[in-house]
Amino acid sequence: MVLLKGNASCQGCPHSIAFKALSYLENPIVLMPAGCSTVIAGLHPNSSLEIPCVHVPFPATPAVSYGLSTGLKKRGIKANVVAWMGDGSVDISYSLLTGSALRNDDIIVIVVDNEAYMNTGVQSSGTTFWKAKTTTSPKGKREERRDVALQMALHRVPYVATASIGYMRDFIKKVKKAGKVEGFRFIHVHCPCPPGWGFESSKTVEIARKAIQCRAWILWEYENKKFRISNISKKARGNGLKDYLLSQARLRHLSDEDIEEIRRRIEEEWKLLEHLEKL
Amino acid sequence: MGQKKLLTGNHAIAEAVKIAKPDVIAAYPITPQTPIVEKLAEMTENGELDAEFVRVESEYAALSVILGAISAGARGFTATSSQGLLYMYEVCWWVAGSRLPMVMAIATRAIGAPWNIHGDHNDIIVLRDTGWIIGMVENAQEAFDMTLQAFKVSEEVSLPFAVGLDGFQLTHTAEVVEIRDYELPKRKLLPHTIEPSSKFALNAVTSGIPKLKARHEQAKDLEKAKEIIKEVDKEFPVSYGGLVEEYKLEDADYIVVMMGGWCGDAKDAIDLLRKDGIQIGMLRLRFLRPFPTKEIEKLDGNILVVDRSNSDYRGVLGLEVSAIKNGIKNVITGFGGMELDTQDFVKIFKKFVNNEIKDVEWWYGSAER
Ligand SMILES: Cc1ncc(C[n+]2csc(CCOP(=O)(O)OP(=O)(O)O)c2C)c(N)n1
Ligand SMILES: [Mg+2]
Repeated sequence: MVLLKGNASCQGCPHSIAFKALSYLENPIVLMPAGCSTVIAGLHPNSSLEIPCVHVPFPATPAVSYGLSTGLKKRGIKANVVAWMGDGSVDISYSLLTGSALRNDDIIVIVVDNEAYMNTGVQSSGTTFWKAKTTTSPKGKREERRDVALQMALHRVPYVATASIGYMRDFIKKVKKAGKVEGFRFIHVHCPCPPGWGFESSKTVEIARKAIQCRAWILWEYENKKFRISNISKKARGNGLKDYLLSQARLRHLSDEDIEEIRRRIEEEWKLLEHLEKL
Repeated sequence: MGQKKLLTGNHAIAEAVKIAKPDVIAAYPITPQTPIVEKLAEMTENGELDAEFVRVESEYAALSVILGAISAGARGFTATSSQGLLYMYEVCWWVAGSRLPMVMAIATRAIGAPWNIHGDHNDIIVLRDTGWIIGMVENAQEAFDMTLQAFKVSEEVSLPFAVGLDGFQLTHTAEVVEIRDYELPKRKLLPHTIEPSSKFALNAVTSGIPKLKARHEQAKDLEKAKEIIKEVDKEFPVSYGGLVEEYKLEDADYIVVMMGGWCGDAKDAIDLLRKDGIQIGMLRLRFLRPFPTKEIEKLDGNILVVDRSNSDYRGVLGLEVSAIKNGIKNVITGFGGMELDTQDFVKIFKKFVNNEIKDVEWWYGSAER
């Protein structure tokens, strides 16, 4: 257990599920920018995490993580330093994140992506789903969505993966793998958020699985310079997109044409990954 | 006696940092600070200095890397100036609030807009409220000495220390600097050092009273730093006088209060006026934080504060000093690399002695406004 009972997470919080994966790392230290996780981690002087936790300014996580990792190394202490970032944190830390990847900093970045700035009240972020309503995109998001994991892989770092809290065994396997590698490691975790997306708090895992089945979220790994679509996503048939979209209040306004456009975009992403896998 | 070398202010700082043996250095280039980090990069690459030199993508990242390193108990150093200091400003608060020691050199320079890369003090003064210790040196030797002392003081009070030196005037002019025989103790580990075995969260959410308390403790320790600065100064191979340097103050009826590199020229002007029988002296502020309140309270005479930065219509030092003394005069000048020589100071000081200086006066010298 990394996250203790009685913490401040909402019912059905995906982040609180994701935290479990950290218990599979040796000597973990987690660094946390502002976000829902900051609140979940507890009020001073208490901590709801069983591992050491360092709270950092919202845009600073990759660099502070690397400083900590280097400082400990200088003192001869081994640790797995984890930058635990939200999707909003990715937006505001982007230059530090690519800088860290370029240097191949010895850290693990885990992005818990609930597709919006949830802690500040559901504002649109770089990864917010196409056309999704948020408080800053009340008619639906018009911009692209950022594929941050792919962008990180193009820095030719040792390990990149996508994961989902709907498939914890796969996520944990990837975290374990990352823990054994040195250098910059990046895992992008899909985290459906009940209050932010508008679905029942008992359905977090169900929605996360639907996302995988319809390929709105695709699981893959990049290792030894090779892309590989993970088995779970290979087996997924790409069915149930409409059901996935309409089971969330943020997407319930979509017309049939909107859904077709989203289907096209998902197919493009899938084809790109298939292509990368063949390289 | 240590070895003597011809060094610019920037290289004097790099030499002092080498003696302090930081574990981690991270910095980003900006004129006029750049030669400090270039020198340190060279020293680490050729093995003179066993530090990790991190090539970061911004000043924000530079200070963030150091924040991480010092949380892990390592010794850290960075340097910046002007726009770079503003760019890392959020992290400045975090370093001080985390109660962690480190040293940063600030090659003081104007802030845009409009663009200007030359010297004044408008950058370093933005640190005033952060909780950092802020020193300001007069020459390359003091830059060297204060940098070494900074590590010691900072680690004693667990507060970060900024060493200011005037852009170009000090950063890019060479002087003979004595390399002191001085050894720093190893950095001691604080109770909140982060290791995998640590059983707490650092900087978790607070509300109300715990925040007030944290800030209060920080303020108290900044006060405490006054004594430590004085002690460290006293035990150093040369002493500068602690928080301030008194120059011909004993019998002075007229007192100028200033800080930084131009104090040298102003002292020459004081010497000239003294030859004419004018009893004038200087209180040179070596520290902006903690502010030398007692030393200013003690002053007995007419006070003129000469500023290289402003807030509202007044100079920043003018504002600080007027919180302690009534009826001071305040001259604001020297922005954006505007040079003042001894004769300029003679003119200003004569006007001051003749009671011809307005309460607040923006000084253009003989230049057209
Ligand atoms: C520099 C700065 N800008 C804005 C904020 C306000 N802020 C705090 S958390 C947050 C959004 C967090 O979103 P995300 O990273 O996606 O995490 P989530 O809460 O969704 O898990 C924002 C905008 C801040 N703390 N610092
Ligand atoms: Mg988010």
